[in-house]
Amino acid sequence: MPSAADLAAFGLDPSWSRMVQVPGHDGATHRWHVLDRPAEGAEGVAAATVVCLHGNPTWSFLWSRLLHELHPAYRVIAPDQLSMGWSDRVGARRYVDRVADVHDLLAALGVAGPVWLVAQDWGGAIAMGHAVAHPQQVAGLVLSNTGIAVPEGRHAPWLIRLAASHGVHRLVTRSTPLFVRGTPFLPGRPLTRVQRRALAAPYRTAGRRDGVAGFVADVPFGDLHVTKSALDRVAAALPSLRVPVRLVWGSRDPVFNDDFADDLHGRFADVQLHRIADAGHLCVLETSIAPFVEAAIAGAASGPTPAARVADVGESLWSRIEAAADSSSLAVSDAAADEAVNGAEFAERVAGFAASLHARGVRRGDRVAVLVPPGIDLIAVVYACWRIGAVTVVADRGLGLGGLGRAVRSARVKFVVGPKRAVAAARTLRWAPKATAITVGSLRGNDAPRLRELAIDAPTADDPAAVVFTSGATGPAKGVRYTHGQLCAQRDALRALYGITDGDRFVAAFAPFAVFGPALGIATGLADMDVTAPATLTAAALDEACRRIDATMVFASPAALANVLATASGPLPSLAKVRLVMSAGAPVPIETLRRLADLCPLAELCTPYGMTEVLPVADTTLTRRAAVGAGRGVCVGEPVPGCDVLIASTDAGARLQELPVGDTGEVVVHTPWMSSGYDGLWHTQQLARPTHEGRTWHRTGDVGHLDTAGHLWIEGRVVHLIHTPMGPVTPVPLEVAAEAVAGVQRAAAVGIGPRGVQQVVIVIETTADRADGPAAPELAAAVRAAAAPQPVAAVWTTRQLPVDIRHNAKIDRSALGRMMERRLSGSSR
Amino acid sequence: MKVLVTGGGSMLLGGVAAALAARGDEVVCLQRRPIHVPDGVRQVQGDVRQPDAVRSAAEGCDAILHGAARVGVLGTWDDFRSVNVDGTSNVLAAARAAGVSRVVHVSTPSVAHSGHSLVGAGADAAVTGRKGAFYAESKALAELLALAANSPELAVVAIRPHLVWGPGDTQLVGRIVERAAAGRLVMVGDGSALVDTTYIDNAVSAHVAALDAVRPGAVCAGSAYVVANGEPRTVRELVEGICRAAGVPFAPREVPAGLAVRVGGLVERLWPRFRDGEPPITRFVAEQLGTAHWFDPRPMRDDIGWRPHVTLDEGFELLRQSFARSAA
Repeated sequence: MPSAADLAAFGLDPSWSRMVQVPGHDGATHRWHVLDRPAEGAEGVAAATVVCLHGNPTWSFLWSRLLHELHPAYRVIAPDQLSMGWSDRVGARRYVDRVADVHDLLAALGVAGPVWLVAQDWGGAIAMGHAVAHPQQVAGLVLSNTGIAVPEGRHAPWLIRLAASHGVHRLVTRSTPLFVRGTPFLPGRPLTRVQRRALAAPYRTAGRRDGVAGFVADVPFGDLHVTKSALDRVAAALPSLRVPVRLVWGSRDPVFNDDFADDLHGRFADVQLHRIADAGHLCVLETSIAPFVEAAIAGAASGPTPAARVADVGESLWSRIEAAADSSSLAVSDAAADEAVNGAEFAERVAGFAASLHARGVRRGDRVAVLVPPGIDLIAVVYACWRIGAVTVVADRGLGLGGLGRAVRSARVKFVVGPKRAVAAARTLRWAPKATAITVGSLRGNDAPRLRELAIDAPTADDPAAVVFTSGATGPAKGVRYTHGQLCAQRDALRALYGITDGDRFVAAFAPFAVFGPALGIATGLADMDVTAPATLTAAALDEACRRIDATMVFASPAALANVLATASGPLPSLAKVRLVMSAGAPVPIETLRRLADLCPLAELCTPYGMTEVLPVADTTLTRRAAVGAGRGVCVGEPVPGCDVLIASTDAGARLQELPVGDTGEVVVHTPWMSSGYDGLWHTQQLARPTHEGRTWHRTGDVGHLDTAGHLWIEGRVVHLIHTPMGPVTPVPLEVAAEAVAGVQRAAAVGIGPRGVQQVVIVIETTADRADGPAAPELAAAVRAAAAPQPVAAVWTTRQLPVDIRHNAKIDRSALGRMMERRLSGSSR
Repeated sequence: MKVLVTGGGSMLLGGVAAALAARGDEVVCLQRRPIHVPDGVRQVQGDVRQPDAVRSAAEGCDAILHGAARVGVLGTWDDFRSVNVDGTSNVLAAARAAGVSRVVHVSTPSVAHSGHSLVGAGADAAVTGRKGAFYAESKALAELLALAANSPELAVVAIRPHLVWGPGDTQLVGRIVERAAAGRLVMVGDGSALVDTTYIDNAVSAHVAALDAVRPGAVCAGSAYVVANGEPRTVRELVEGICRAAGVPFAPREVPAGLAVRVGGLVERLWPRFRDGEPPITRFVAEQLGTAHWFDPRPMRDDIGWRPHVTLDEGFELLRQSFARSAA
């Protein structure tokens, strides 16, 4: 048994540790070491018992973070498997015995009633075995980086094969501590020295490592292995399990990689997957999994959430393309490539691509990464995929190369379509090493009639259509799933909102938006610009794109518009003719719109508000914004008809608690055109999609309020709330006030210090080029006066506020706050 | 209410005595030297090191506000111990003898100070065992003693005002102004550490509020509280604000924080051998000015029911007016 001093040194509470005499199914009584954290009664939280099963070569220390962090209302029992950790050494022990051991242990502990099993590695296989053998005693499973069988079309993990191979096996697992000491160094988030030392502590001598060697020897590599048949029997019974299963997966694990996650995902009736992109094999120790376990237990208690669905697509996404199959009028124009196609040519290309994709094996429901650069081919490939029911994964370069790679990797695509260079990169950069690569060039050559001959059923409203990505301004980009029904509803909402008719012609300076043109049935033009940097759109390029299609409408991101204004020198006759300019993705300063009005005197200047997950939510125009005037935050207009908006308390936990008009809280929306949810992130999904009055809502993560006139005002992000001793303070109203001070170009209000005691710091970019440092006394006084009555601890100037790549506008206030806290602590120098 | 105030010679305790008298409390001041007292305040000359002097002054009192202390860096350990530790012990004994039921012990944030930055910190328990820092060590022992005396009959609360300043302040304001006027103003580091301070009127009202709140069984009995304006500013802005109020130039030389701490340590050891008076820089001051020091205001608000009523900027304006008056 480990000493109390050792346990304390490992960060464990010695009072959790005890030895338990367990009469076994094998007739012998074994002594188990168990970490047993008792439950503390708590109001409002149903008691539950959580049993944690470790794998090889770890011990109950694996669960140290969960033991510390899980809600105190739950009892946590984490045993050391026999021959492992500080439990009795009983020699090699087979899988079937280990499964039976769990039942023995729980009986000896007198644990009655269903328990939640949380398990990793071999522990997962054992937990599944126990769940199949005693389904009535299991409330649910949380599994992390484990497996029950080698996924189809794959070999067993090479690391395990190596460790188990003859001649190496005993050397690496028993004679030397290589296996024990090496495991914490597998790819993932780094463990601390204390964690590594603790993991190895019970395995100091070869004799104590018998269990480690035994576990590896029990991995079945041949069909004749005794454990193989036992695992197969368990695997066969998994689909009949009725309990919720939640997978929490470190995606960098070279042993149980994402293929194993997908394999398990396909085996249970009620299962959801959450991938943690930068965590690895020991994900449960590398990250805080307590919120996942709590959410799994809470989610099971509240029952399933109703799926957001659209009953009927009405007009399909591509029906306008087919309707224009005989048309000689312009369909899509690409100013950068100096290329244009008419309705007939575009319909032909879409149908041809669809037939080719089908011929290459792309089927309904298959995910296809579309790495085609913005242009006519990109739009054609997207519609070709949709036509045959494939799911497009469109990640733009605006995420940065690393972000793009993570996004594609997380989407687990089956096919990659793009130019030669892109599909090669997807393979060499291991974005999708097992996906089938299809070059755009190879799609040409099939003619449209082939598609009709194939008689492919059109996808229905509930069929998935696309995975798109959030900008990742505050963390890794998240995949967002849309069905055909949702995209059709979104198209119809935009059509109604902007009065779009067949006579409209549309220039998009943001590729994902250009895709909507053909669905709307309007001619679409792409401007010549570097899509990785929206701020490269020049006034001349935008005017030229408008000229080519005689545009009536323009969509451009706020950053692109800012550059258009900066580069507008000569006359822009084509831009001057448009009737509508839309800009979305980030707040558009009213000053930008005023100057734009000079360039487009006829145009209504619209700034729809929404996000990757739901768009549009609200809409306003320059005229209306000017009429509304100043207020608390930025006015984004009235909610779009068909989109319900409510303001919810930010401290009511998972429950949606609506606040009265005027109060500041989280903006929560419900509409037919909101996405299905997040991809491979069940925990995020559960938090973001609460059920309220029988409907599923989307938490936007924005804070704001509705005024008495029904206008929605945005005051910042929930994660950027400044928690002062006087209560939460929203950043945007302070920033709006600070930006009104002469000499201030852009401002960010951040909190420093612990939650509840935070002080407000305002960081500004000034019109004068200044180094980083405290603002000059007069400027600081002016900013403070503008922010009054909110006290401001410091006013700081900076050359450049940290912003996202895609919009060049979203400020990472959390990172800025951490930086300012260091800067103002005095200890950094 | 009849209140004994010890250490009435200081700006803070003198202010508290005046505030209590102004609202109608019967106030007895005990200090070694005669002071100017407002009408209605009875003055007793005596030393907290003498148990009899304290006991007779406490007779008939309902409450004691104990602020007498030896401050600074000059003196032997015995000098500090006898006033700060034994003096506190005498006050507590006198309280028990006189049947006093409420004591406010005036402490200092430095009793829990460890030299690194404090960001939104609470009132951590006093730490003892420091070497050399006689003031902080003796005040820590005194606070532990005072809080340990908290009982169902005698309620004790410890108040730790952080960097009190205002008109008439010879410590913080006086030194800065003197040095700035002489062109010898020094900034520790780049002056970007956020530091909270307490305007004198707020410090006074906090002690009065603590006196009213502390009674046997009250939430605050037996605990320590940090008092400050709750408006941390960078050291540079604070010093600049004081200089502007006093009408002296603000042109500091920057000294690296690490160097300042080392120099401060050296100066405070060597200074007494060569010069009289308090040294221009000490290790404690260097640490205070070189690292962030700001606190959680909620305990004072929630347990004592106190909030500052003079903002920092109002304080600077009051300071400016006071300098203008004395110049006139």
